[in-house]
Amino acid sequence: MHFLNGITLLLVYQLAGEIIVRLLGVPIPGPVLGMVMLFVTMMIRGRAPESVEQASTALLSHLSLLFVPAGVGMMTHFGRIADEWLPITLALLLSTVITMVATALIMQQTSRWFVKPARGQGDE
Amino acid sequence: MNNPGLKDIWVYLSTTPLLGLTITLVAYGLAYRFYLKTNSSPLANPVVTSVIMLIALLMVSGISYSDYFAGGQFVHFLLGPATVALAVPLYQQFSRLRQLWLPVLISLICGVGIAAGSSILLARLLGGSLEIQMSLAPKSATAPVAMGISEKIGGLPSLTAVLVVITGITGAVLGTKLFEWIGVKDDTAKGIAMGVAAHGIGTARAFQVSNRMGAFSGLAMALSAFATALVVPWMVDWIQALFS
Repeated sequence: MHFLNGITLLLVYQLAGEIIVRLLGVPIPGPVLGMVMLFVTMMIRGRAPESVEQASTALLSHLSLLFVPAGVGMMTHFGRIADEWLPITLALLLSTVITMVATALIMQQTSRWFVKPARGQGDE
Repeated sequence: MNNPGLKDIWVYLSTTPLLGLTITLVAYGLAYRFYLKTNSSPLANPVVTSVIMLIALLMVSGISYSDYFAGGQFVHFLLGPATVALAVPLYQQFSRLRQLWLPVLISLICGVGIAAGSSILLARLLGGSLEIQMSLAPKSATAPVAMGISEKIGGLPSLTAVLVVITGITGAVLGTKLFEWIGVKDDTAKGIAMGVAAHGIGTARAFQVSNRMGAFSGLAMALSAFATALVVPWMVDWIQALFS
């Protein structure tokens, strides 16, 4: 029953997200807004309900699986990708590498600037 | 094989959603086992191996993608609630997030700008058409956002969806090695970079490394969905103006 309640709650937040996004006409996916709303709810209530925790762990433990059907969709675009394969593959690969390296380094550097190192780490 | 009984079974199988759903789960199960066999090597990413297996199977058997997707959609649908579910690990990391909000915000805005800017400029440099440049621009955002933006700036939404998946896989496969090379050891920084560059597929990979990396990757994915939607259309205008 716990698990079912958790899934239901996740779907309710997703649905609310989808409705609000359409009402306001913002270019953000409904589930992303649903996630933000669930996060805010847990902050206000000061805890994560056990049912939601259970459902979330179950869904996120095999998150990779959920991308498989979309990935198979690649087969419908083989032709178009073959036409411009060089700019597509190189730009995609290099840009992803550059983005990842730059973001990790920026995050590492700004964390050092703005966050004081935790004092007495051994005491905690 | 021309036995009418078998043929009837095949006709039934190739049209029922049951087949698409079952082969998705079986392929993923095999891919995941293979991934464990390789001692969790990122090169054996289960998304890659299961997608290759399924495409090969569909091509050999002549089943169309839309017939396959009639079953695959049940798995695909769960992406929505799974995105909402990312709020839970994020909430569990909240005390850390509160300390780090400023670095996270700065990295996020820079990362989103670099992702879109570098893909447009690289594609242009390599002789890609405008359509390709625009389809690539939002590639680091999560699929539904990327498709919406692509449409708005003159790309091909369905091509963008594919590029988004390939980007995510690239990030998931290369990520941990790249971080090792550049000497970034903190799971928080790794998570943010993974989420910004490789959205949900990167996040799935990040959860395999640690819960903290997964939580911050999920956060970065969600926030960069917002940031990409706000920044990229404006940035495209700016780049166009610069070159015309």
